[in-house]
Amino acid sequence: MSGQMYDAVIIGGGPAGLAAAVSAYDCGARKIVILERDSRLGGILLQCIHNGFGLHYFGEELTGPEYAGRFVKQVLERSIDYKVNTMVVSIDKAEDCEASGITPSNPADSHPAGHVVTAMNSTDGLMFLHTCSVILATGCRERTRGALVIPGTRPAGIFTAGSAQRFVNIDGYLPGKKVVILGSGDIGLIMARRLTLEGCDVKLVCEVMPYSAGLNRNMTQCLENFRIPLRLSTTVTEIRGRERVEGVTIAKVDAGRRPIPGTEEYIECDTLLLSVGLIPENEISTGAGVRMDPVTKGPSVNQLMETSVPGIFACGNTVHVHDLVDYVTTESILAGKSAAKYALDAEKRFPSRVSGAASGTLHSIPIRPGNRVRYTVPQQIDTDDTFETVTEQGNAGKAGDVPKVQIMFRSTDVYRNITISVYSGSSRLYSRKVRIVRPGEMQTADIPLSTLLDVTTPLTVSIETPEDTID
Amino acid sequence: MAERVYDVAIIGVGITGACVARELTKTRAKVALIEKENDVSCGSSKANSGIIHGGYDPVPGTLMARLNVRGSELYPELAEKLHFDYKRTGSLVITFDKKGKELLAALLERGRKNGVKELRIVDSGELHEMEPNLGENALAALYSPSAAIVSPYKATWAFAESAVINGAEFLRNTAVHAIEKTDGGFLIHTGRGSIKSRFVVNAAGIAAGTISEMAGARKYVIKQRRGEYCLLDNKYGTLVHHVLFQTPTELGKGVLVTQTVDGNILIGPSADDQSQDMNEYKGTTALSQSEILEKASLTIPEIPRGNIINSFAGIRSIAYTADSAGNPDKPVDDFIIEEDPEVKGFFNAGGICSPGLSSAPASAEYIVGLLGKAGLDVTKRTGFIEERRGIAAFNQADVQTKLRLIRENPLYGQIICRCETVTEAEIVQAIHSPLGARDLDGIKRRTRAGMGRCQSGFCSPRVTEILSRELKIPMTSVTKKGGTSYVLADRTRGFADGDGGAE
Repeated sequence: MSGQMYDAVIIGGGPAGLAAAVSAYDCGARKIVILERDSRLGGILLQCIHNGFGLHYFGEELTGPEYAGRFVKQVLERSIDYKVNTMVVSIDKAEDCEASGITPSNPADSHPAGHVVTAMNSTDGLMFLHTCSVILATGCRERTRGALVIPGTRPAGIFTAGSAQRFVNIDGYLPGKKVVILGSGDIGLIMARRLTLEGCDVKLVCEVMPYSAGLNRNMTQCLENFRIPLRLSTTVTEIRGRERVEGVTIAKVDAGRRPIPGTEEYIECDTLLLSVGLIPENEISTGAGVRMDPVTKGPSVNQLMETSVPGIFACGNTVHVHDLVDYVTTESILAGKSAAKYALDAEKRFPSRVSGAASGTLHSIPIRPGNRVRYTVPQQIDTDDTFETVTEQGNAGKAGDVPKVQIMFRSTDVYRNITISVYSGSSRLYSRKVRIVRPGEMQTADIPLSTLLDVTTPLTVSIETPEDTID
Repeated sequence: MAERVYDVAIIGVGITGACVARELTKTRAKVALIEKENDVSCGSSKANSGIIHGGYDPVPGTLMARLNVRGSELYPELAEKLHFDYKRTGSLVITFDKKGKELLAALLERGRKNGVKELRIVDSGELHEMEPNLGENALAALYSPSAAIVSPYKATWAFAESAVINGAEFLRNTAVHAIEKTDGGFLIHTGRGSIKSRFVVNAAGIAAGTISEMAGARKYVIKQRRGEYCLLDNKYGTLVHHVLFQTPTELGKGVLVTQTVDGNILIGPSADDQSQDMNEYKGTTALSQSEILEKASLTIPEIPRGNIINSFAGIRSIAYTADSAGNPDKPVDDFIIEEDPEVKGFFNAGGICSPGLSSAPASAEYIVGLLGKAGLDVTKRTGFIEERRGIAAFNQADVQTKLRLIRENPLYGQIICRCETVTEAEIVQAIHSPLGARDLDGIKRRTRAGMGRCQSGFCSPRVTEILSRELKIPMTSVTKKGGTSYVLADRTRGFADGDGGAE
């Protein structure tokens, strides 16, 4: 069992994996393979046949398949290798694999710090891919009824919004005719419109929080324009029906999200769609020993999208759930670039927390969520004395741009007229006034590199309200 | 429909019916398994704790005591022959107060009377060594090393499939409406025509009382007691190592925390008596869910509640004598396994609550013995196939085996359920096995596809496609669990008037 040595093995052929592959190629990596579990490249975008993708990245409005198609085209133009219908089983350290007899065909390729990606499909059987770097682009999965513990029976007719979307848009089947949607996540909102267009009776969308979890534009375009009621602070308290869903009971919830007795209302329906959140898919990452952020449920990464395991990079919804694919693309271009550099710098070793120790003193500056901030990505900045690594960040690619580190974050609630601030200790490195922030819409703080030069204490990203400022 | 004639008709294919069928196929008897649902193991055998009890709990001298101890001894060899998972974890009945210590002594005494081997009391120190995550207040426990866990629905499937391999006929979607005593046997009227049989074994679970009444046999009432459970993600699979029971406290009967053979953690059950209008209700309630977690936290204080992947309910069949109006009178407090004193040739196997699963193989021996006494020729035939292979789990195989499997059958290279690493080959086998799956739940119980943390969000569209393809039925005819539990409603617009044609 042996194989050639890859520069980068990319796990997942969705928007993140595709952009990372193209970027790794453009940064000089040649031996690249994308492993995709579905039968085509494109990922979940293929079932997102609505438009609204690409406004930020391409400056035009595309459908999901069109957006994915642009990157698939770039992959094909570069003749980047890919395997579909292929599932990755594990990522192991090369040294562990060599101990069990799985070695690269060319001994010169032996790389004790490398990784072995075990994958399988029908034609190649089990594969052991030796590689310098790995890019995790495995996306996310949907939260289910089980995780919510919705009381009631267990009939047919309960779907996550995404699996219903696949049935409708890929397979051409309707999951049901009379639909209640729990959760105002974007896929739920999109499906409310989609099923209405298919002639279904979408009775209502209920959301346990006092605000919508989805993008503002989806609220307007998918619900308001179709007169589909949205009930905030409302949840499903019981599912009824023995064989197929016959109805659900909904109820108002209090501030602690507990159902308020007496507010129950029975809604007859044959289908319940759940759009109650996405969870980064990290079975393989945890198996590889990658450190997780308990809030994002994705790997902790540095400003280069490198995880705690040197040579393993991550991007897209694997890291944290994005609301716009455009941001996934930006992040993945950065990951691809970092992975390529890691692979090409095998001698010098790309500076990173562990492997970079040889190239000078290494600093890790943690980035912490402060007031009203749920999480940040990256979770830390790793750099050597010269700050050389920081300048590698991909979003500063355009000529004339000031080198900067972009911190992405989400608010814990809806806040108006606030200031986004980044502190190091008591000194404020960055601030920006914003009219409104919502948990459903990701925020960014672009910190010019020059301001980071003397920083040694952890960074804190905070949302400050007018009350705070008065104090 | 051609007339169907059998020696023994077994009504209900839960664990007891399945075991009786297998035991009977060792003889020359012609056996029918009559099941109202679309699959085996759709009642109490589907949703219970999955424990093979040591046998210290039943009152000495009862059928329960005898059959439990014998059944528990039979399981290891049967699990090996029939290839279902059986894990001897041992069990601990834990007490958290002084009063409970007396209870443990009484249980120990009872267990010894019942003939349970290796029972002993462990003190707090040893207990905490055995179970590091146990609550500090645990004082002592009764340790029963012979207790084990199985997957109750996989065991039921294994026994029933072994019976089918040996010639028993499985009749699904066949609800019994009436039973007529005839010369030399019975005429069983079902939703799919009539079935003639010399003998009838009533193993109908929660419907056992109704079936007995149909035959004019002993009157008893089955009270339905719902038990709710919740299941934790398999990443917490080593939260506990043994089956952990609690002695009853002032809060009532305790709940258990146990591993499952699939590596999850199971917590429950609640005990909710159902009213008449809740017949066969298997829903869960917020109240019982929080109650079982509350009670379980006495055993394991740190339960990772955020990692509950599923909750469900099952129904226990508690037998009561019937008063003159047919209402429940007194609890029977034992299995009802007998040839009816009035209606000869009709055998009840009713009131099979805990330890019904543990007892089932022994109950089967016992029932076949009774059938022999009643005139059935129960001499063993030659040619009985002891072994039943089931579906080998791909993800359990070593690398060389995996490589060989994919080479021999490329469908092994296609993973359909990624949470549990279930391949397309296994799903196809589950459909075409001697007692094959016909619906999503059937696939799930046989292969675990859809049982992982994504709870079928990813694989259900694919499994629906495979069922449609392999059974040659339209996508819109695929069900979750038979009947009208259709997965899909119709085609989308643009397909000729929603004909739902197979592809």
